[in-house]
Amino acid sequence: MDEAQKPYTEGPMHSTAPVIDPGLTFASVTDKISSIVLKRKTSLAWFFGFAISFALFQLMLLAMTNLLFVGIGLWGVNVPVAWGIDILNFVWWIGIGHAGTLISAILLLLRQRWRTSINRFAEAMTLFAVAQAGMYPIFHLGRPWLMYWLFPYPNTMGIWPQFRSPLMWDVFAVSTYATVSAMFWFVGLIPDFATLRDRARSKPFQILYGMLAMGWRGSARHWHRYEMAYLLLAGLATPLVLSVHTIVSFDFAVGIIPGWHATIFPPYFVAGAIYAGFAMVLLLTIPLRRFYGLEGFITMRHMHNMAKVMLATGLIVGYGYIMEAFFGWYSGNKYERFMIWNRMHGPYHLYYWALILCNIITPQFLWIKKVRSNLLWLWIISFIVSIGMWLERFVIVVTSLHRDYLPSSWGMYQPTVWDWSMFIGTIGFFFTLLFLFIRFLPMISIFEMRTILPEAEVEE
Amino acid sequence: MSEHLVPGHHHHRHVPPLYGVMAEFENPTDLVAAARRVYSLGYRRINGYSPYPIEELSEAIGFTHTSLPLIVFIGGVLGGLAGFFMQYWIEVIDYPLNVGGKPYNSWPAFIPITFEMTVLCAAFSAVLGMLVLNKLPQPYHPVFNVPNFAMATRDRFFLAVEANDPKFNHAEVIDLLKSLNALEVNDVEV
Repeated sequence: MDEAQKPYTEGPMHSTAPVIDPGLTFASVTDKISSIVLKRKTSLAWFFGFAISFALFQLMLLAMTNLLFVGIGLWGVNVPVAWGIDILNFVWWIGIGHAGTLISAILLLLRQRWRTSINRFAEAMTLFAVAQAGMYPIFHLGRPWLMYWLFPYPNTMGIWPQFRSPLMWDVFAVSTYATVSAMFWFVGLIPDFATLRDRARSKPFQILYGMLAMGWRGSARHWHRYEMAYLLLAGLATPLVLSVHTIVSFDFAVGIIPGWHATIFPPYFVAGAIYAGFAMVLLLTIPLRRFYGLEGFITMRHMHNMAKVMLATGLIVGYGYIMEAFFGWYSGNKYERFMIWNRMHGPYHLYYWALILCNIITPQFLWIKKVRSNLLWLWIISFIVSIGMWLERFVIVVTSLHRDYLPSSWGMYQPTVWDWSMFIGTIGFFFTLLFLFIRFLPMISIFEMRTILPEAEVEE
Repeated sequence: MSEHLVPGHHHHRHVPPLYGVMAEFENPTDLVAAARRVYSLGYRRINGYSPYPIEELSEAIGFTHTSLPLIVFIGGVLGGLAGFFMQYWIEVIDYPLNVGGKPYNSWPAFIPITFEMTVLCAAFSAVLGMLVLNKLPQPYHPVFNVPNFAMATRDRFFLAVEANDPKFNHAEVIDLLKSLNALEVNDVEV
């Protein structure tokens, strides 16, 4: 019987439940994970999923090409709402990425051993989500082909970027985040590339994985430095991930628009990012572990833990909403008060109440153990939270902009079909990359799984 | 071109030069015990190979120090200084621009990029430092010649005593390793 259907009554849950199927060995862990890449016949379902994602990815390319020809007028953005769903999608994607870094870096520092089987996958998700995120601000520039102007390089125009702007901080934060995430991911993969090199049967794959493994041979001296490098990278990635979403929130908070200019933004954005990210990890791992038979690696304990992180961060986000409303009232500032009133009763009030329903009310079901143990419900809640976090950014970006100080400059915003094409297209690109990843790279860190096996202990 | 004299033979025989002797073990406990024993007998040019990092193993072969943290620290400090003074030089010296009446040296506004540059350079130092100290990429290494060494990335554990160890004596090392619960002992050809 699949453990997903088992009622969670046997044994105490929580910290003593296994993070890995106790019957696994070095050999079976290695063979099982590497065979997904090397031996297992590519299933029809994989091709089906890949084809759909790839088709949507073409939609993104179409939307981008059209944007390059026609210009930014293709999108629904205009004064006063100059930031539409494109900037909100940037924030949404980069927030999703943050759960990967949290799992791989912060949980490593906190010695949470259960992270081991989901960190590789979550890091891949980070990388692919940041790739989607990065495209939005670039294509929002108006003249995306001049994006290199954002970087400080000596040029014949004799000008430099203006470093007092949070938008410049963002350039550095996001590019550093993408680079460090990619390095962290690659370093984690090196020993597994060696495993694949030694298991691959066909010459091209032996050469490919051999080159990627760079001659890794599992030497004790190498492992020692490797572990040190990995730990230091985790220590660097931890403040980095907090800084990235803090700086993203500065993009708003430094502006003087009511609804943006709030000191609560950095912690509230970071919590929201982790909330959305864990929802996405659950959304992806629940079908994946079933499909590839990875229940022995990604156990119900993982599901429970992720559900609890989601609940906790959801409560922080809820606190953020309450504080926004409270300070809107308590400030005594009529613009702030109007902003909150407008969110609740203005033209976009449905978005606000849908957001409250998705992000505050729905996760409360996670208090119930039966709900946390039911994968279908967990998946549905994660899906709702993902939508909720998208709505949150809509409320922050659009409702704050469309009614600012001067009623004469009020306006409305409607995303066009090209805004949506770009968004759906990036979802396609994200899944295209994910499908390629699970087909060609080990989606679970093989060497780290070996370390948590009982036989890995050195008996004294 | 070096020639190696195989002990016990009365005449010279042409054999490939030797990198060392490699023993194969079934589990980490045997490997660590063997490494401790070999180290305690005074061998220093020894190395263990395992499918996952074993803390006790690097201690057993006497490898406990790495300068990687220092490299990363220096990288981070240099990155932070470069990040700050890049902004200072641009905003104060080369291209002073009055933005909302803020001082040219608006140092609090320079902190985010200073921080990001610190992390970026420290992370590069960690990754490149690890690879350089480990002498990677290194496509060829003699240990790959050992039959069964492909299992070092699955479920087998290896211990090599290198021929350039001052105490190295081929026959003695083979006997020693055989006495340490090794599954198999092989010569490693260069």
